[in-house]
Amino acid sequence: MTVHDQRSLERTAVDVVRAVPDPEMPYLTLGDLGVVGEVTADAPDLVHVRLTPTYLGCPATEVIARDVEAALREAGWPAVTVEYRFDPPWTPDRITEEGRRKLAAEGVAPPSRTRPAAPVFVTLSPSVPAAAATAADATVRCPRCGARETRLLSPFGSTPCQELRRCSACSEPFPAIKAAR
Amino acid sequence: MSESRPARGVAKPVEQYALRLGDDALVLSHRLTEWLTRAPDLEEEVALANIALDLLGQARFLLTTAGQSAGRDEDDLTYQRTEREYRNALIAELPNGDFAHTVVRLLFFSAYQSVLYRELERSADPDLAGFAGKAVHEVGFHRQYAAGWVIRLGDGTEESHDRASAAIADLWPYTAELFAADELIESLVAEGVAPDPVLLQARWSELVGAVLAEATLGVAPSAAWRPGGGRVGLHTEALGYLLAEMQSVHRAYPGASW
Repeated sequence: MTVHDQRSLERTAVDVVRAVPDPEMPYLTLGDLGVVGEVTADAPDLVHVRLTPTYLGCPATEVIARDVEAALREAGWPAVTVEYRFDPPWTPDRITEEGRRKLAAEGVAPPSRTRPAAPVFVTLSPSVPAAAATAADATVRCPRCGARETRLLSPFGSTPCQELRRCSACSEPFPAIKAAR
Repeated sequence: MSESRPARGVAKPVEQYALRLGDDALVLSHRLTEWLTRAPDLEEEVALANIALDLLGQARFLLTTAGQSAGRDEDDLTYQRTEREYRNALIAELPNGDFAHTVVRLLFFSAYQSVLYRELERSADPDLAGFAGKAVHEVGFHRQYAAGWVIRLGDGTEESHDRASAAIADLWPYTAELFAADELIESLVAEGVAPDPVLLQARWSELVGAVLAEATLGVAPSAAWRPGGGRVGLHTEALGYLLAEMQSVHRAYPGASW
């Protein structure tokens, strides 16, 4: 196998891996999500895939590994190994432009690009109900009405990489991808 | 205090260290899942479940690391050890108590994990360093959540303030064990693998002290009584019940999968 053949095989394999849909957000591919690391072909029939998890406890990681293996086998690779690596760690910045567009179209706010300077310790007043417990900010836009001012309802949502927010303008709650901290 | 036997085959110092940190995460993860269907409202249910899931993910990596040279996988270490072979600090295994106890424990523990993982990012062990770089962000969210609740309870009604105060008084003595040094820690600190517990405790006190002050819960009490023993396998009776529940299916149906 020449170096040229190997590179060409690897490009084909990486395209297959990037096209696999995420099991929890199936409108996103793994490529959109930015979890695909190095893909190497040491022989024409052997491919090794490195993935990086969004969160360590994300229950989708095992399904993703199985889906990647199945997609590569279907594309004609008889021997596939999939490995999770933490280095470099995934951050929301790895979501592609295409991924951000798809998220917004599904009603999930893409992550803020402006990082909070320090951990935000919100001021809480005991008389305020939980839903209004945090101050409004302009870091995440409402995916429904486009308003700039939204507030955090809970730093935890339906998947480990999401948080729950509410729009100050239209009052709709919506999920958002957590920003990098 | 007589040392009980270490988990079979977990012999390398870095593996013993990973076993301690992994057991901390695993046992607290299990405790937090006990809130499922019992949390005060849906948002707290989702939050506590998410935190438990993050901790379980951390435990999976740490226990996989711990069992490497012994050829024991994460399931083997989780389901096939008795309480004497568990190495978690006692604070992780204490029963949940009321919601105030749960969030005060989470504040103490997540602040400990925050300062620990922040330093472990520079560990001489590249695998631990990579892991910590990932996990430090997760535990930041846990701390933010716990701090928010401790402040609301402390600076809330008379009832919520009293309950938060009682939780601090009950749990504070157990925090000393998180920063206790022994031969293993000293040798790993010397090799640059583990951070110095004295440094960790100073940073932890700063973080926790700021939250308690904002929560009008005063300064932390000084405790003469400092229970320990978890790192050598001597636990409270609470761990036995926890493990019995966690391990029962695996022990009844070894190797079952679905």
